[in-house]
Amino acid sequence: MRTAVEFCDVTKRFSGASEDAVEHVSFQVMEGELITILGTSGCGKTTLMKMVNRLYEPTSGVIKVFGENVMEADPVQLRRKIGYVIQQVGLFPHMTVEKNIAVVPEILGWDKERIHSRVEELLSLVNLDPDVYCTRYPSQLSGGQQQRVGLARALAAYPSIMLLDEPFGAIDAINRTKLQDELLAIHRRGGLTCLFVTHDVTEALKLGDRILIMNQGEIQQFDTPENILHSPANAYVESLLKSVMEGLSFFK
Amino acid sequence: MTRFIEYTCKHYDKLIRALLEHLQMVGLTLLISIALAFVISVLIMDRKCAADWVMRICSMIYAIPSLALFALLIPLTGLGMKTAVIVLVIYNQYILVRSFTEGFCRIEAGVLEAASGMGMTRWQIFKKVRFPLALDSMTAGIHIAIISTIGIATIGATIGAGGLGSVLFDGMRTQNAVKIVWGTILSAALVLLANAVLKAVEKRVKKAVYHV
Repeated sequence: MRTAVEFCDVTKRFSGASEDAVEHVSFQVMEGELITILGTSGCGKTTLMKMVNRLYEPTSGVIKVFGENVMEADPVQLRRKIGYVIQQVGLFPHMTVEKNIAVVPEILGWDKERIHSRVEELLSLVNLDPDVYCTRYPSQLSGGQQQRVGLARALAAYPSIMLLDEPFGAIDAINRTKLQDELLAIHRRGGLTCLFVTHDVTEALKLGDRILIMNQGEIQQFDTPENILHSPANAYVESLLKSVMEGLSFFK
Repeated sequence: MTRFIEYTCKHYDKLIRALLEHLQMVGLTLLISIALAFVISVLIMDRKCAADWVMRICSMIYAIPSLALFALLIPLTGLGMKTAVIVLVIYNQYILVRSFTEGFCRIEAGVLEAASGMGMTRWQIFKKVRFPLALDSMTAGIHIAIISTIGIATIGATIGAGGLGSVLFDGMRTQNAVKIVWGTILSAALVLLANAVLKAVEKRVKKAVYHV
């Protein structure tokens, strides 16, 4: 099994900032793993993930995607092999659902039939009837439906890695659960390597094969959900777990 | 009334010539204005500092009364339609550069991030996302520029540029009420017609982009 993503002593400081956003971070993600990156606002989890597809560039250290140093690759080519899903979805409002999903395949020069059948395949995968949704516009979709299309769009060109930045954060609880289950199903079927940023502890525990917990730019613990629950590495991780337990016991 | 009809029948060719001169001035101005504003907007759309400066300069120039700007340019570019067109093009930049850059920049959060995250080049993002989404704002700006140009072009008559302004000013100079009336009717009719056509164009553009 190959190493999909590798961070070697990576630091990121934004210009004009007094502190590092990401501080001397090192870890490895194996191919096929679904890693959830968990932490509170401002802990550096999004910054970390955005360095994988070079939307941010590290101040120091090396980041490798399938063995290739991201700083030595052409950023545009790199991003076309990585699926990117964000909380605001970012569907192109002037394009139909079909055209939105077809963006990267079109850029890559696929022929029309291949694109069309791939769009239909993806819409079925995210539980949207192609006959109904192909010709719809984003403004005609609910939040949950939009994010499903966002997922489909990111999967279109058979990416080797998926980056998801709090993708279900703006979606209602019922649809969020459904989408989490659908993502798990997609992941299991395809063996896709995923990095999933979230501040929701329950979501991180449910989805992650392993969880990368971050605080103030540093890794607190990187382990399976079971190990984290049984042996939290420090007080911060304990407080995160406690917050979930307290949330549930609120009703008692 | 009879004098009115008599004058009209005798000199309708002059009126039509003035109208065509006016349309020529406006048409030429618009072509150059739009092309220039487009280039400027593309250059400054991602550079906030430059954009602020350009808008500052444009608004300062726009504050200068048209007659003054015409007069200022005479020693440089002489009398006639050429100077008038240059002044009109400069004025239009205030309106057009602002609406063009707003169109290119005012896009829903997430759309541009998703586009670059997907691996689109800057040119692809401009062609497929920013430009189509800016068409709405651009046509609105062009609409205002056309109406404004039709109006200010009448002042061009004072420096020998011809057009409907010459009919108006001749009429005022020679106390010819018929000329004044025709100058006014034709100018107003041009504005109303342009307005109606542009409204329809804007509606179609909005429909084509947003499908509402």
